[in-house]
Amino acid sequence: MLLHVKHLKKSYSGAEGAVPVLRGIDMEVAAGETLALTGESGSGKSTLLHLIGGLDTADSGLIELDGQDITAMDDTQRAAVRRTRIGIIFQQFNLIPSLDIAANIAFQARLAGTYDVGSTDDLAKALGLATHLRKYPEQLSGGQQQRVAIARALAPRPQLILADEPTGNLDESTAADVMSQMLALVAQTGAALIMVTHSPRLAGQMGRQLHLRQGLLA
Amino acid sequence: MTATGLSALWSHWRRNPLQLFTLVAGLALATALWSGVQAVNAEARASYDAAAATLGEGQYDQLLPAAGSDIAQETFIALRRAGWLVGPVVEGQIGPAGTPVRLVGIDPLTAPGGLGPVGGGSMDLPQFLSEQPVFANAATAAKLEGLIDAPLVIEPTIAPDTAITDIFVAQRLLGAQGRLNRLILAPEQPVGRPALENIAPDLTRRAAQGGSDVGRLTDSFHLNLTAFGLLSFAVGIFIVHGAIGLAFEQRRAMVRTLRALGMPLRRLIVLMASELLVLALIGGVLGVSLGYIVAATLLPDVAATLKGLYGAQVSGALQLRPAWWLSGLAISVLGTAIAATGALISVARMPLLASAQPRAWATYRARARQIQMAMSVALLATALILALVGEGLVMGFGLLACLLIGAALALPLVLDGMLWLASVRARSVVAQWFWADTRQQLPGLSLALMALLLAMAANVGVSTMVSSFRLTFTGFLDQRLASEIYVSAQSVQQARALEAFAAPLTSEVLPLLSVEATLAGLPAELYGARIGATYRDNWGLLAAAPNVWDSVAAGDALLVNEQLARRAGLWVGDDLRIGPQTVLPIAGVFGDYGNPIGQAIVSEPLFSTLHPQVTALRFGLRTDDAEALRNALTDDFGLPAASITDQAQIKAFSLAVFERTFTVTAALNVLTLSVAGFAIFMSLLTLAGMRLPQLAPAWALGMTRRRLGQLELMRAVVLAALTTACALPLGLALAWVLLAVVNVEAFGWRLPMYVFPRDYAVLGLFALAAALLAAAWPARRLARTPPADLLKVFANER
Repeated sequence: MLLHVKHLKKSYSGAEGAVPVLRGIDMEVAAGETLALTGESGSGKSTLLHLIGGLDTADSGLIELDGQDITAMDDTQRAAVRRTRIGIIFQQFNLIPSLDIAANIAFQARLAGTYDVGSTDDLAKALGLATHLRKYPEQLSGGQQQRVAIARALAPRPQLILADEPTGNLDESTAADVMSQMLALVAQTGAALIMVTHSPRLAGQMGRQLHLRQGLLA
Repeated sequence: MTATGLSALWSHWRRNPLQLFTLVAGLALATALWSGVQAVNAEARASYDAAAATLGEGQYDQLLPAAGSDIAQETFIALRRAGWLVGPVVEGQIGPAGTPVRLVGIDPLTAPGGLGPVGGGSMDLPQFLSEQPVFANAATAAKLEGLIDAPLVIEPTIAPDTAITDIFVAQRLLGAQGRLNRLILAPEQPVGRPALENIAPDLTRRAAQGGSDVGRLTDSFHLNLTAFGLLSFAVGIFIVHGAIGLAFEQRRAMVRTLRALGMPLRRLIVLMASELLVLALIGGVLGVSLGYIVAATLLPDVAATLKGLYGAQVSGALQLRPAWWLSGLAISVLGTAIAATGALISVARMPLLASAQPRAWATYRARARQIQMAMSVALLATALILALVGEGLVMGFGLLACLLIGAALALPLVLDGMLWLASVRARSVVAQWFWADTRQQLPGLSLALMALLLAMAANVGVSTMVSSFRLTFTGFLDQRLASEIYVSAQSVQQARALEAFAAPLTSEVLPLLSVEATLAGLPAELYGARIGATYRDNWGLLAAAPNVWDSVAAGDALLVNEQLARRAGLWVGDDLRIGPQTVLPIAGVFGDYGNPIGQAIVSEPLFSTLHPQVTALRFGLRTDDAEALRNALTDDFGLPAASITDQAQIKAFSLAVFERTFTVTAALNVLTLSVAGFAIFMSLLTLAGMRLPQLAPAWALGMTRRRLGQLELMRAVVLAALTTACALPLGLALAWVLLAVVNVEAFGWRLPMYVFPRDYAVLGLFALAAALLAAAWPARRLARTPPADLLKVFANER
């Protein structure tokens, strides 16, 4: 099993004291599996994704990625896991505006030390970005920017892809295109994919679905 | 990973070259002004040190002959035979008339410093003795070329207009065979040697002064230049702070993304710090180079000022000194570190997840504003306390720092209050929008406006100080240079004959009598004055007892200068011992501007009783017909024209010196104001890109782009005018601190402060013009923004 999550809890401090967001999550994800996380706003989907990605720390519980406990790691170790084993796709794309598209796609692979010109070129071609490599993010449409973010996440050949509403900022037609390209490429790389989404239609394209309600898996 | 991270960080500057230019230019300007002023100071001090090393002044005790005479070579030999470790010095002037060269002869075998004065590196002792060269810097050597028959060797460390050689060569060139001017005492003398009185009773011993006289005299001038340099540097650092703050703010999202993609925070901070270090070094190198140009331009005027004011010989040419380069680079790096620390801390503390960020950032901004207000109040309160109860020079500078930084921090809050007042009084809708929008722009412009505030305050403060100094000094010259003609005699016999000759031709003959003395435990000079109408009519006193002149003339009391009074804690009515058996009350205190040491004045008869061996060789002569007296002195008495000085000449020369000082001050004023103008320009330019979302709604609702551009211009002028209004009282406070606190603590005398409203009005106009110029291009760009760009603001998706 690639990912083990056990008794995971997380709360945020609010004006009226601690507000629990995750109240004990247990889940497993196998290598190459695709999983949709669904649920209402505030149910804890994004928080769970952030904790798995090492972007935030849990109050208690365990997250094991390929046998390594992420919750026991310090900031530097979590950063190393993120750059070598995980690819993250954000709703807001989060491209680096001052780097051109080619540099953006190659960026995480370079950080991880796994950069390979051929495979990043192949990714760019597969995502229809080959003619835009010398452009800057501001010169691309939202759909194209998200394709760049997908290519960037896949370029280092991670074991796990985390996608937080990757089509949330796109119109329906563009979202469908981006989604099919993403799923195809993830399948090619053999990585596991966890995607947060509100859309039942997109969730239906994934191998498995988990529904969160008030911080617990339903 | 490091290279990838650096390429991402660097890509920001590549895509925002204007911001990069602002940062490097701000650093370069700040470093240039600081290192330029430091270079001028260092060059001048190096000249004093070279002079001190050449002449042995300050470093060693010396044996001097009676006034007007010299030392026979036999006396030197007798002292050496008796075990005294003394080195002979002969000096005199040779070379072209008008710009003579001071030729100094030393004996390297007996001089305490050996060949030290000539650098010591270029020639060894046997070579020096066999070749008998004359050492001088390049400019002086050029003057002597062809005038002397000894070989000339160029040595850059030798003081300007000074040449050094072996004593026998100097005696031959000066025609002073067998004569010496003074003897330098080695620091360690044998125990048990006979007393000086037994071998050379005519010689008096002068103690080492721990530094050259000229160096101490000119400290005031250098202190003011340094203060100006520091202020200019502070103004530049405000620009750097602004540029770094903006760059970090714009890179917030990028930093978050880098971290999310796996770049460790520590590595990121190190990379950002390294990036700034490189930029600081680039800005530093540019700044030091620019500073060299500033210094090379200012140095001739500074050299002329120092020569005129203090007689200090300063080379008019600048040397490249490694220490100066290194200090320039160090100040650039230090300034960057100061400017960037807050930004780096904020990056280190920034939450990784974007969702938590906006609220945290808003809270941080509100807290920063509260902290700024608290710091401002604390600093201004500290300044007030220091002004009321503080003592010492460090306190003076502490007061200056608290006052300036406190006021700069308070400025955005004060301006915000003023703009709020204007907005609540505004009637038309455009005026209401204008004031509200100006308030919104204030945070982005506040650093540039702080820089303008400091630049303006420095201008007002320093020009008030220099102008007050000039006014006071002019009055002081009228008081001190009351005699129409000043004459010098070559010997005691000539002095007596001269006094007898001049008496019937003048209304008063005023001998200039003085000895070095220790008064109230401090090094000082005791003067003997012939109290008459000149003193009674012309000398103004800072404090005086009734019938002050009568009691001084009768030998019942004395006068002291302000320096002695302040340092010894004495004032009118206190007693002062001036001889083993003589203690007199102080009847008056006089201002003595520019003099570093204490002075006391007693009547001529009392002085002669205390020091019968001292005879006046210089006199002030009072007459109604200076021309006739001058002719009589030269034609009938046979006094050389060079021994006569007109009062008008001295005054004109002194005032000309001040004009030079003004040139230096004015140049620094213009430079500092330019830096502040540049700060406003760069702030407006960088803000212009972020203005579109704020201006697009106003444009969409019917305001033309031209009108928007005009309002942008007006906004810059209004903010500059309000800042100027704040800078005037701050500048006057700065002048007061410089005149009444720093000067008193550093030099022992206080200058009265005068205000110059016309000068301030002109300065205010300059500031408005600078703001107008700075805003012109950004406003023009805004007025010409294509409607398509404004429309993009309303587009949700591209």
